[in-house]
Amino acid sequence: MTKKGMFFWLLSVALVGGAFAAGGIEGNVEKQGVNMTAITMFILFVVATLGITYWAAKRTRTAKDFYTAGGGITGFQNGLAIAGDFMSAASFLGIAGLVYTSGYDGLLYSIGFLVGWPIVMFLLSEPLRNLGKYTFADVTSFRLEQKRIRILAAIGSLSVVTFYLIAQMVGAGKLIQLLFGLPYSTAVIVVGALMITYVAFGGMLATTWIQIVKAVLLLGGASFMAFMVLLHFGFSFENLFSTAVQVHSKGEKIMAPGGLVSDPLNAISLGLALMFGTAGLPHILMRFFTVPNAKEARKSVFFATGFIGYFYILTFIIGFGAIALFVNHPEYFQNAKQIVVDGITKIVAADDPTKNLIGDKKALVGGDNMTAIHLAEAVGGPAFMGFISAVAFATILAVVAGLTLAGASTLSHDLYANVIAKEKDEQKEMKVSRIATFVIGILAIILGIVFEKQNVAFMVGLAFAIAASVNFPILLLSIYWKGLTTKGAFWGGLAGLVVALVLIVISPTVWVDVLKNPEPIIKLKNPALFSMLTTFILTILISKLDNSERAKEDREGFEPQYVRSQTGIGAEGAVQH
Amino acid sequence: MDRSLIEKIKNDPDFQKLVSERNRVMVILTALELFIYFGFILLVAFNKEFLAQKLGEGVITVGIPIGIGVIVLSFLLTGVYVYIANKDYDELSERIKRKYMKEV
Repeated sequence: MTKKGMFFWLLSVALVGGAFAAGGIEGNVEKQGVNMTAITMFILFVVATLGITYWAAKRTRTAKDFYTAGGGITGFQNGLAIAGDFMSAASFLGIAGLVYTSGYDGLLYSIGFLVGWPIVMFLLSEPLRNLGKYTFADVTSFRLEQKRIRILAAIGSLSVVTFYLIAQMVGAGKLIQLLFGLPYSTAVIVVGALMITYVAFGGMLATTWIQIVKAVLLLGGASFMAFMVLLHFGFSFENLFSTAVQVHSKGEKIMAPGGLVSDPLNAISLGLALMFGTAGLPHILMRFFTVPNAKEARKSVFFATGFIGYFYILTFIIGFGAIALFVNHPEYFQNAKQIVVDGITKIVAADDPTKNLIGDKKALVGGDNMTAIHLAEAVGGPAFMGFISAVAFATILAVVAGLTLAGASTLSHDLYANVIAKEKDEQKEMKVSRIATFVIGILAIILGIVFEKQNVAFMVGLAFAIAASVNFPILLLSIYWKGLTTKGAFWGGLAGLVVALVLIVISPTVWVDVLKNPEPIIKLKNPALFSMLTTFILTILISKLDNSERAKEDREGFEPQYVRSQTGIGAEGAVQH
Repeated sequence: MDRSLIEKIKNDPDFQKLVSERNRVMVILTALELFIYFGFILLVAFNKEFLAQKLGEGVITVGIPIGIGVIVLSFLLTGVYVYIANKDYDELSERIKRKYMKEV
């Protein structure tokens, strides 16, 4: 099939999916509330993003265009795109829902997801830009042996991308099922077909602009919701919080940390995974090659941190707004009624007036993930709810597109071009990257359908743990430690991966929640503390003991790399279109 | 780049200034961020009562400004880094580039 032929094929796949969505919803309009706005907005978004993809496809000619959008994205644009890549539906709907059910504990997650950014900036952003070309493995293999280091980077990247992608696909299917009344598997196929289209034809340029559009929509929508909540409470946080405390089933407990972080070991391990996992996510690290120089790289992290931090503060207000406002909306609850006791309005179970349902995970129509969607209706009516539903969908699409691009780049640039291919052939590499996009996309669809009924909540935590224990340590040591050798990096990184996988299987998150055993073998929920330590210690030990010829070369290569990483002399430049 | 050029750049006072200053800033800011975040996490793990204290007459607790503060401080630290880097690093690395670009 020609490039153009494929483009129209996918376009029709997407449109058929969209039409199916519209058809599927009609019968459910009463159950789901008015969703015509959601469908219209969603179709508008899809048409706009396909337009962007068409525009980008004409500008994506070389490998550099495909992987880095030509390297000419500004710091501000890249900051928005990074925020778009990072603010998933899990952080929007999930954290808003977590704040709604547990209050302060929701903030703990937001904080964990944010604090990795300063680390990315201080330790990695500029050296990455100065040393790399298309993927972070360009940096780790700069002075080490291409073959083994690329294989390690590919294993690390692909496991992160796979776990993250499964979690996103399953979440996407369920969410779209809820929002649009579309069958689960159709939803997963629509998402998969769209993300393949964006990435295979529009490459990084399309992906970047879809992230930017999505980030602007999400930040705008969330800002409006938080503004309306605050307006309702006369811009007084005391008013908002005291109303929330009055109506929530947990009362004053929502104003302080609760059971989420129970013991110090778990707290630190999760903290390490979130903080250093952010610094090892392949789709995020890849974004640093889209800007022209180190200065724009650091600017992009500054803007990204600002946008993401602002967004998390908004989700906190949105969650508390939901607690305080849902008391006037018994229709958002299942089997509930509104009663007034001593002048205080409450939502209680229809059959048990002593059971307060505000903050109950399951009582909301659609579950606690629907918190932000219901709140959109409460503050902006059905039209605004339609808008927010479409934004949530756009959010998922943009994130899976970013992940797919990172996965495809690893397959084509790290594995094909630098390990398998005998000679450099850019056209062939481009072709492989497109095939890889199709393969990853179709695999994501299959895995999304296979895992429908599984508990995939642990997969995001696992993806962060692997990123923190395989990608981050090797990246950090390769940039700053002269003594790092190929052998040390390869075996240390692999050991960290194995430790992370084994520990998560025997942890409460998988052993009990997924495999349904009564007792976990270890109490640690996130393996990062031990897997990260394993990687660092083993990598350093093996490197120190390494006396091979290659080790000598590895150490000698450090000085030229260091000069380039510090000054940018010899770094990749941008191309003009 | 050949070895002799690397040696020359390495011994250039501008390069040494750039590297030592950048490493100092990097270590200080990273340590600060680690201290802020893990300090907060340990506070949550060991002293929930401290965070649950009421700030004033109302329901707002000490934990709210501290939690939001971690987010705001992290952002401000990235701002500090950009400020220092824009002021010092770019000029130094430009100067180094200009000096040696012809020889690369």
